[in-house]
Amino acid sequence: MFLKDYFVTIYKSVGSLLKGMKVTGYYFTHPKEIQTQEYPDNRATLQMFDRFKGEVVMPHDENNEHRCTGCQACEIACPNGTIKIITKQELQPDGKKKKAIDTFVYHLELCTMCNMCVTACPSDAIKMAQTFEHSVYDKRQLKKVLNAPGSKLMEGVE
Amino acid sequence: MALFLTISFSSIATGIHTWLAGTMQNEMLVKITEMAIAGISLLLFLVPLCFFLGYMERKVAAFMQIRLGPNRVGPKGSLQIVADTIKLLLKEGLTPTASDKFLFNLAPMIVVVTSMLVMAPIAFAKDFQIWDLSIGVLYVSSVSSIAVIGILMAGWSSYNKYSLLGAMRSGAQIVSYELSVGLSLISIVILTGSLRMSDIVMSQENGWWIFKGHIPVLISFVIFVIASTAEINRAPFDLAEAEQELTAGFHTEYSGMKFAMFLLAEYINLFVVSAIGATLFLGGWMPFHIGHWEAFNHIMDFIPSSLWFFGKTFAIIFIIMQFRWTFPRLRVDQLLTLEWKYLLPISMVNVLFVTVMAIMGWHF
Amino acid sequence: MSLLGEPELTEEGEFVINIGPQHPSTHGVLHLKVWLDGETIKKIQPHLGYIHRSIEKMSESLSYRNFIYATSRMDYLSAHINNQACALTVEKGLQIEAPPRAQAIRILMAELTRLSSHQLWWGCTGLDLGAVTPFFYAFRERELIMEIMEETCGARLTQNYSVPGGVMYDVHPNFQNRVKDVMKQVKSRFREYEEALTGNVIFEQRTKGVGYLSAEDAISFGCTGPTARASGVSCDIRKWFPYDGYDKLQFDEIIMTGGDSYTRYMVRMEEMKQSVAIIEQLIDNIPEGDFQAKTKMVIKLPKGEFYQRVETARGELGVYIVSDGAASPYRIKYRSPNFSNLSALSHMATGAKIGDLVAIMATIDLVIPDVDR
Ligand code: SF4
Ligand code: SF4
Repeated sequence: MFLKDYFVTIYKSVGSLLKGMKVTGYYFTHPKEIQTQEYPDNRATLQMFDRFKGEVVMPHDENNEHRCTGCQACEIACPNGTIKIITKQELQPDGKKKKAIDTFVYHLELCTMCNMCVTACPSDAIKMAQTFEHSVYDKRQLKKVLNAPGSKLMEGVE
Repeated sequence: MALFLTISFSSIATGIHTWLAGTMQNEMLVKITEMAIAGISLLLFLVPLCFFLGYMERKVAAFMQIRLGPNRVGPKGSLQIVADTIKLLLKEGLTPTASDKFLFNLAPMIVVVTSMLVMAPIAFAKDFQIWDLSIGVLYVSSVSSIAVIGILMAGWSSYNKYSLLGAMRSGAQIVSYELSVGLSLISIVILTGSLRMSDIVMSQENGWWIFKGHIPVLISFVIFVIASTAEINRAPFDLAEAEQELTAGFHTEYSGMKFAMFLLAEYINLFVVSAIGATLFLGGWMPFHIGHWEAFNHIMDFIPSSLWFFGKTFAIIFIIMQFRWTFPRLRVDQLLTLEWKYLLPISMVNVLFVTVMAIMGWHF
Repeated sequence: MSLLGEPELTEEGEFVINIGPQHPSTHGVLHLKVWLDGETIKKIQPHLGYIHRSIEKMSESLSYRNFIYATSRMDYLSAHINNQACALTVEKGLQIEAPPRAQAIRILMAELTRLSSHQLWWGCTGLDLGAVTPFFYAFRERELIMEIMEETCGARLTQNYSVPGGVMYDVHPNFQNRVKDVMKQVKSRFREYEEALTGNVIFEQRTKGVGYLSAEDAISFGCTGPTARASGVSCDIRKWFPYDGYDKLQFDEIIMTGGDSYTRYMVRMEEMKQSVAIIEQLIDNIPEGDFQAKTKMVIKLPKGEFYQRVETARGELGVYIVSDGAASPYRIKYRSPNFSNLSALSHMATGAKIGDLVAIMATIDLVIPDVDR
């Protein structure tokens, strides 16, 4: 029965190889199965998911006002010191002094996109943006100041 | 277009010959000039051929892998290979300090030159052949085995253990698979009774051997394709390179142009092997003829013979490429098992059948 | 003998090659010093530490909320499961439990992670054995799962989705439909996987009888996960120590007894099907309710030691926290599955060929950052 085994082996092996070639042959003859997305060309139509974590931003409204009170909860929540908040004392109209944000420094190069800062913020001042083309030639460009120059705290945000 | 079709390669060749013979009186000089022309046109033919094969390989691979493949340089990425070649040319050709420098630099040359030499007896079109020597098949199988020396040389002189392992594997592989390739070639030689390439092509005037020769020739064709895939070190038999095991095998230490030479040789070998397979089994430039259907045969004759040749060759090349992009690699001992336990015994028995067939005249 | 206990001089006819830290098939910066006799492997010594980031030490200075993100970078293919393990440990210390909805979401995400991890592994196994094409087919399906992750968690690989008390936010409204679609596609591709690789005679030859690991050896090396289950050791944490409500689900622990690379391959192939079954059971039955339990702003664990194990795609991950009552852990230790599985490599590969070593490494499914942490 050695000979029979021998030929059965050959028959089965060739069969299995042909099966594999059928799969590759199928894809070769069906170009519509191609999965490639031509990335830089499809920029116009490329839609990121709305929860995609690209970078931390601080939205400002049309009066150049943001919601950050300078409470530093995000700075504490951040696991790797990506956020540095520099506060100042601002004189209120009623004569009292109040803590306000001077600069919100955000180091994109350190950020791990963990979202802890956004969930920690009590006044919803920061959120995640869906941008992802972050590469630059100089590392210093990745250090960002999130509050726009001349911006101030929105009315009614505590 | 009609003009183009009537001018065949052979008429160009004859034209050049008559012109040269007319202008030069010395017959020796004519020979030498013709040789030079043949060599130069071979080189001019090979470089674009390799570019095309490289492009084809990438595209075939990409389409099988649901990708697009190169599509940036040139129309549909067709100039990608040219760009890559320029890149390789500009790269530093590093020679390891501890290597045997002479052999290290010689090895890629040997590999390329042997693969080019095998081109000589191939009939590209009707009456268009560089050298129709009387022992064509023998010449092919003996010259192609010189390549292993180049590979062993490369592996040994690199002073790298990966290279050495790759070279040793390749030595064992090529030496054993040569037997199967030889035996499958012999089956056609038996049927034709001649080693001359042109005779072999002419013998298929009334049908290609793969049809005329029944199952035994079919078997030798399959064995030929498998064994020659192994002989030219292509996946699934690319143990000499075996990227996942030996990083790059025998050419681990090569860079720049010397690396490109190995690549060039690989593609030339691929073409040569497929051309030989097409010539012996699929009739070379011979159009598709069926026995005595004169009308049908006549229509087939209208397709230029060079198209027939290249069509058949590229069909085989495609199959070999599909092998590469479908199968996992064999292990070194399984590679030898396949040869000595399966291919060799089968092809030996097969040769016996073919001989009986030839003696009894059981083929068409 | 040198410091590492390896013979410095080799015997006659023996030679040493260094596979890695940069090598196409070590999937990362694993460095294997291999003693060879021709092509036969006589001994293997893994050298570690090329990607040591001291995640454990770093965690000691982070709060109980913050240390979780780093575990995504250990076994990056089971990132969610790692996060889940840490969250579970903290929950254990706080003696709270995540709400049912959070638990269901966690399991769904964990099984999706397992599925995508196994798909990547399937592609890489083909790649390591020289078949490049399966890699792309695997990535096609994996991409679909990555999109689910991206839509709900906002990240594809390092999700940081589990937090102490539940998950960070609720699933995306699209989640259920998308998962159902993807599961349909994934299931329809299993046959193709089999045709492309499993049934292939070369693949069978390359893996059958290669890298045998007996049940005793698997236990003594501390192997877990599919590597051990292929040797007949029942060690699925989801069955033995159910967490997050795995006990309420119907699924099989895949145990096979071959012990060779082919069996390990088959175990993973079957596990993919089990993961799909779990997801299909749960996707229509996600309980309503909160996705996060109320926790204090600053979490402090009581003094004591807490241990939680989970089943990642590669085996048992243990998280061991020692707390001194402060806001950050006193000591953290991860028992990573890959480290133990790697230790069996030398035993499995001795006497095999170099080609086999690649097959064995592929079927143990090593993730090097998890070995070094
Ligand atoms: S996303 Fe994470 S790492 Fe980045 S700033 Fe926020 S807390 Fe820090
Ligand atoms: S961004 Fe939010 S958490 Fe951070 S300082 Fe401003 S208000 Fe506080």
